[in-house]
Amino acid sequence: MSFVLDSKIPAGPLDQKWSKHKMDSKLINPANKRKFTILVVGSGLAGGAAAATLSELGYKVKCFCYQDSPRRAHSIAAQGGINAAKNYQNDGDSVRRLFYDTIKGGDFRSREANVYRLAEVSTNIIDQCVAQGVPFAREYGGLLDNRSFGGAQVSRTFYARGQTGQQLLIGCYQALEKEVHKGGVQMFPRTEMLDVVLVDGHAKGIVVRDLVTGKISSHAGDAVIMATGGYGNVFFLSTNAMGCNVTAAWRAARRGALFANPCYTQIHPTCIPVSGDYQSKLTLMSESLRNDGRIWVPKSKEVAAKLRKKEIHPDSVAEEDRDYILERKYPSFGNLAPRDISSRAAKEACDEGRGVASTGLGVYLDFRDATKRLGESVIRARYGNLFQMYEKIAGEDPYKNPMMIYPAVHYTMGGLWVDYNLMSNIPGLHVLGEANFSDHGANRLGASALMQGLADGYFVIPTTIANYLATQTPGKAKVTDDAFKLAEAETSARVNKLIGINGKRTVDSFHRELGLLMWDNCGMARNKAGLEENIKRIPEIREEFWNNVRIPGSGDIANMELEKAGRVADFLEFAETMCYDALSREESCGGHFREEHQSQPGDPDVDSGLVAPGEAKRDDANYSHVAAWQYVEGKAPILHKEPLNFEEVHPSVRSYK
Amino acid sequence: MLNLTLKVWRQKTPQDQGSIETYDAKNIPEEASFLEMLDIVNERIIESGGEPIHFDHDCREGICGACSLTINGVPHSKEKGITSCQVHMRKFRDGDTIWIEPFRARAFPVIRDLIVDRSAMDRIIAAGGYIDVRTGSAVDANSLPIPKPDADAAFDAAACIGCGACIAACKNSSAMLFTAAKVSHLGHLPQGQPERDKRVLAMVRQMDAEGFGNCTNQYECEAACPKEISVDHIARMNRDYTVASLKEQLV
Repeated sequence: MSFVLDSKIPAGPLDQKWSKHKMDSKLINPANKRKFTILVVGSGLAGGAAAATLSELGYKVKCFCYQDSPRRAHSIAAQGGINAAKNYQNDGDSVRRLFYDTIKGGDFRSREANVYRLAEVSTNIIDQCVAQGVPFAREYGGLLDNRSFGGAQVSRTFYARGQTGQQLLIGCYQALEKEVHKGGVQMFPRTEMLDVVLVDGHAKGIVVRDLVTGKISSHAGDAVIMATGGYGNVFFLSTNAMGCNVTAAWRAARRGALFANPCYTQIHPTCIPVSGDYQSKLTLMSESLRNDGRIWVPKSKEVAAKLRKKEIHPDSVAEEDRDYILERKYPSFGNLAPRDISSRAAKEACDEGRGVASTGLGVYLDFRDATKRLGESVIRARYGNLFQMYEKIAGEDPYKNPMMIYPAVHYTMGGLWVDYNLMSNIPGLHVLGEANFSDHGANRLGASALMQGLADGYFVIPTTIANYLATQTPGKAKVTDDAFKLAEAETSARVNKLIGINGKRTVDSFHRELGLLMWDNCGMARNKAGLEENIKRIPEIREEFWNNVRIPGSGDIANMELEKAGRVADFLEFAETMCYDALSREESCGGHFREEHQSQPGDPDVDSGLVAPGEAKRDDANYSHVAAWQYVEGKAPILHKEPLNFEEVHPSVRSYK
Repeated sequence: MLNLTLKVWRQKTPQDQGSIETYDAKNIPEEASFLEMLDIVNERIIESGGEPIHFDHDCREGICGACSLTINGVPHSKEKGITSCQVHMRKFRDGDTIWIEPFRARAFPVIRDLIVDRSAMDRIIAAGGYIDVRTGSAVDANSLPIPKPDADAAFDAAACIGCGACIAACKNSSAMLFTAAKVSHLGHLPQGQPERDKRVLAMVRQMDAEGFGNCTNQYECEAACPKEISVDHIARMNRDYTVASLKEQLV
């Protein structure tokens, strides 16, 4: 198989590309739209928005989710907010500035045209959500309020207390249910996609398993949209929901879709530290806390040791004995430095033995000064629900003791490769939201995930999918075709094989083993030796999994061990590709930090004072490309490169000093 | 470490009778969450050849609304303002016996063990719990100022996570608080006014059709709600419903 990675970026000036593309895109007349069936997998912000909007346009939509209701998709857990270049604060924001911040935040590893379009439609998203009744925070004059987020020096983040994702998703879910009621969308909850069906090389259907009855069946359509989220759970512990998985994306990859930049994973700096082996997931504390909280550790290891044993109270540590790590290293951005940079600073401090949590892995996020300045009631109004959440989990009152935080896996910038139309290299297979790779480069800025999910679903795909559909005769693929029968048989065989192993180890024990390996060697910092070890170890774990996993019960009823096993089996394959990507990218950029590639004394930028030693060091001459990986059964994946061309911005050293 | 006895509802399929089974839960770390305690117990059940206890869960941070356990007779436990996944073992004592059952209601059939079918709630929303606005047709967000108190009141109602605890807590299995929260969320906003009458009539009728009971003002729903949504919304919905049905008869 050979690939030409044509990103299909329209010609013309950057700020006119999207308008021009809309004008040049094909249209389908209203009477014909209802002849097309579109399968949407995933019902989060990207999938839910796409399903609702495509149905409004007149297409027939079938929407699938593994949860019991589309309202539970993991977009719901996003706390902080959503960016939009409204410039309601009159602080100098613009589409261009949002574009620039996002492309710089992504460490110059994303496509200019995609990012510009994202910034452009960001303003429409806010309008749409308000019209749906999303209760964004408001000022007393009745107008919308904003706050600041990491990686930006303007206030462009719209929020709904600490539940922005929930409110946006409920708006989207209501729009979806509206279309269900009108008959345009048929919803399939508790249904998991287990394969994509290709007819003559085009994605024309999916194979699903009903999670209640265990029945495996297929659905045929004229195009498939996957909005199936990210793969953060490859690390076992992450802030993702327990069910988040790579299965849909990986099954597509096995059918020939290229997986782009899998090594770009985001480690979020403000999570509640790990407390023990039994732990099933990590909890994020919104980045918005960094607006008022100050991150510090003691300057000396001795004081840190006393704090770990709780021999002294953090308030008793004098100002001159504290190291406000971000304020010291990045004075102009301070505690609002981007996520990758903040996470590494916390890791560094803990690696030096200055961590303050009982495990040694934690730094303070302290509201003492903000409480003095603003009063406790203001802090309560701004962050009350987050403080409450912290207290429930950590068992400590954050109004009395500073919070402790540590970085955790949170978001994955990598995903299936897509062109400007959000179509993968498989014709007909479109990928939206976190599941694609397109907009965040090597690092995502805070409050940009919600923006991208909704941009893709509400405003991009409804236009661009017509470019594909217009070339197709509607209704051609049938579930009775051989391709469907074959894919169903393969899926059934796999499910039966899993059940038949009847070994000794639980699914979780394999998942935990894989996760630890990935965190140690493909997590916040990576090096050649560690990645090579993973590439050797992962197939061994996979081998043991397929011989020794125990899945009790049968496949013809609800069986949660079977569901988990299928997902872990796919993580065990996908993880290897992730390590190959991390190994081949011999540079540090954004969330991908290769220990061999960091700034050091002697570098011109270090000597001139632009960056400190130990920062991520990019190699634009050799790695300014998207790495898109082709799956090959039983062999190492094959790398295909899409060069990144920067016409408007000049990739520079990413300094937040 | 805690040593506990669990009394758990086990029911393999929707058709099965179901019964309470007893499990020992030994050496449970106090820092673990309630669901992590069940994970530990399940690992042991699987290792000893049994089938694990099935329960719904996903985000495990109190926002998705998937988890739905009745713990010692109270949906999400007797602790106020939290979901099942936010219950922590440090709240229990060594030697405790804990009863774990599904969210029970006529309109919530059991799927397996502690998992129930709550799709009736989606159908109530589908009947009218939205503002009918097409993507792309919205005006500028700031062209419609909304007084902060109205926006805040709308938010308080919109905080509902659709878990169904209100329904499981009610002796009548009434869905009034769930339905009223949505009616109130949209009814507090100027955008929600054009469909206000139509919405409340359609949602209440769907609620009745699904087999949910009536409200007899016991307020168990508010007490069980993890987001502490007020029963005042029910009173508001009743007013809206009365007005709307009168208008309907007069037209």
